[in-house]
Amino acid sequence: MVGDLTEEKVINVTWHGRGGQGAVTAAMILAEAAYLDGYQGVTAAPFFGVERRGAPITATTRFSRKPIRTLSPTAQADVVVVLDERLLQTVDVLGGLKPDGLLILNSSSGPEKFCTDMDIAVATSDANSIAKEVGLVVAGTVLINTSLLGAFSKASCLVQMESLEKAIGENFSKQAAKVNIQGARLTYEATRINRDWQLS
Amino acid sequence: MSKVQIINGNETAAMGAKLCRVQVIAAYPITPQSKIPETLVKYVESGELAAEFIRVESEHSALTVCISASTVGARVFTATAANGLAYMHEQLHWAAGARLPIVMALANRGLGAPWTIFNDMQDSISQRDTGWMQVYCRDNQEIMDSIIMAYKICEQLHVPMMVCFDGFVLSHTVMPVEIPDQKQVDAFLPSYVPHLQVDGPEPININPVMLADPRANAQGVSCPSYMGFRMRLQETLESAGDVILNVGREFGEVFGRSYECLLWKYRTEGADTILLTMGSLANEASLAVDALREKGWKAGVVALRVFRPFPAATLRQALSKAKHVVIFDKNISYGNEGATCTETKAALFEGGLRPTITNYIVGLGGKNVAAADLEAATIKSVEQKGQVSTPQWIGVAV
Repeated sequence: MVGDLTEEKVINVTWHGRGGQGAVTAAMILAEAAYLDGYQGVTAAPFFGVERRGAPITATTRFSRKPIRTLSPTAQADVVVVLDERLLQTVDVLGGLKPDGLLILNSSSGPEKFCTDMDIAVATSDANSIAKEVGLVVAGTVLINTSLLGAFSKASCLVQMESLEKAIGENFSKQAAKVNIQGARLTYEATRINRDWQLS
Repeated sequence: MSKVQIINGNETAAMGAKLCRVQVIAAYPITPQSKIPETLVKYVESGELAAEFIRVESEHSALTVCISASTVGARVFTATAANGLAYMHEQLHWAAGARLPIVMALANRGLGAPWTIFNDMQDSISQRDTGWMQVYCRDNQEIMDSIIMAYKICEQLHVPMMVCFDGFVLSHTVMPVEIPDQKQVDAFLPSYVPHLQVDGPEPININPVMLADPRANAQGVSCPSYMGFRMRLQETLESAGDVILNVGREFGEVFGRSYECLLWKYRTEGADTILLTMGSLANEASLAVDALREKGWKAGVVALRVFRPFPAATLRQALSKAKHVVIFDKNISYGNEGATCTETKAALFEGGLRPTITNYIVGLGGKNVAAADLEAATIKSVEQKGQVSTPQWIGVAV
């Protein structure tokens, strides 16, 4: 847990993915990891809608040193995680990010490809290739959600890998947990960021 | 050992029912509560919970199964929302009239038409006169605790209870919940002992047609009239507040989280402006109060944790120093105003209290209500000195 957070500061994370990619699961595992990391207040929720496979969906994670009292959606998140970079073309992803926020993408390109004239920091990691490599493929679908948690830890420095690994471990059977943790670790290592980012 | 899990409101409700060792579950899927029966079915199928899960074709049948099972002495559980609850309406009256301690988890959702799957409290408020007790939860921990307390309260009073919580807002949001230890729950909540035995040596006739005057039963014992039975239900509800408080206190002694008030209060010390609401909106209101206090306002939150029985005397006491009461209702009695507003006014009348009162209708069909909305509405109503008599609507994008 970072040391200089003010008591009441609530960290908002928004996840963008497609139905079936596991963005909601990732949002919830991050909440568990944040709790294990020492944040007293954590919440995670899908965007309340009618989700279907393939359609753009969002989910949110919040964490804070104090119990969280708000359940109303945030307009601008501190960190936005995008599971499918093509969503940038159809969803106003940047509109939901603070001007000095952190954008994390699953992409084989480097962060410079996504840098805008905004003051945001951009991190990318090729979670897709890593997940394939470690065998996170179910019924032809590459599962990158837990791998991207590694990118979150590396780029944001808000939640430690150790806590993430514990949280992943609690959500999967032993063998599945092992593979998911491996994916997260490799994605952590492969994460590239255009500049150091700190929570404002 | 109790431990903390990060779970949503539906999982919490299912886990609460499991800890209470419910014996019969009947429920029908409806958004946003479907995860409750889905989770319970898993417990039953895996053998974690020794209960019978009875699949039914409708909510009306779900409650009918619960009524039958409760009558023969089982601890029963059901869950529903919105139109599902409306479909139960007839049997809601029956369950309360038959004095059965049924506990229902209700994920509050708006009613169609037009369709909405999202949150408001029109569903449960529309059932307030059925004789069921109603509690409203602020967060997932309160869902867990309320379900465990509900069985203890209901089985003492022989009255059913709805444990209401905001659909999606709580039902689908994960947050830390302390899961009580099974042994502690067992000690707190002994097995259900029904108040009558239907399969005993003496056959009995239950809930026959009643006449307007008392008459003798088959054994020659004089039995109350219809009104006599109804009056007993009212008397029980009138005394229910004390039972709810005692159980809340005992719960605190065992589990460390006390429910020693029928209300939930936040920063009400010295407050002359009170934001009054129910459910998870109370937490949002506490943020509005923090912002108002920053600006020098003497503001606080009062939330109705228990709505039936209505805690009139406790509410009068809590509002005795208030100059302004701003009431946020996620429901409306069309042609009048929000339910908590009407009931609060009635409670204040008896004590001769006359604060200004403004009623806001908010959050219908899942419309987001942020702390800033509550703060702005409070400032506006105090500036207007509560002189607007009709309810105001917040967040209507026509």
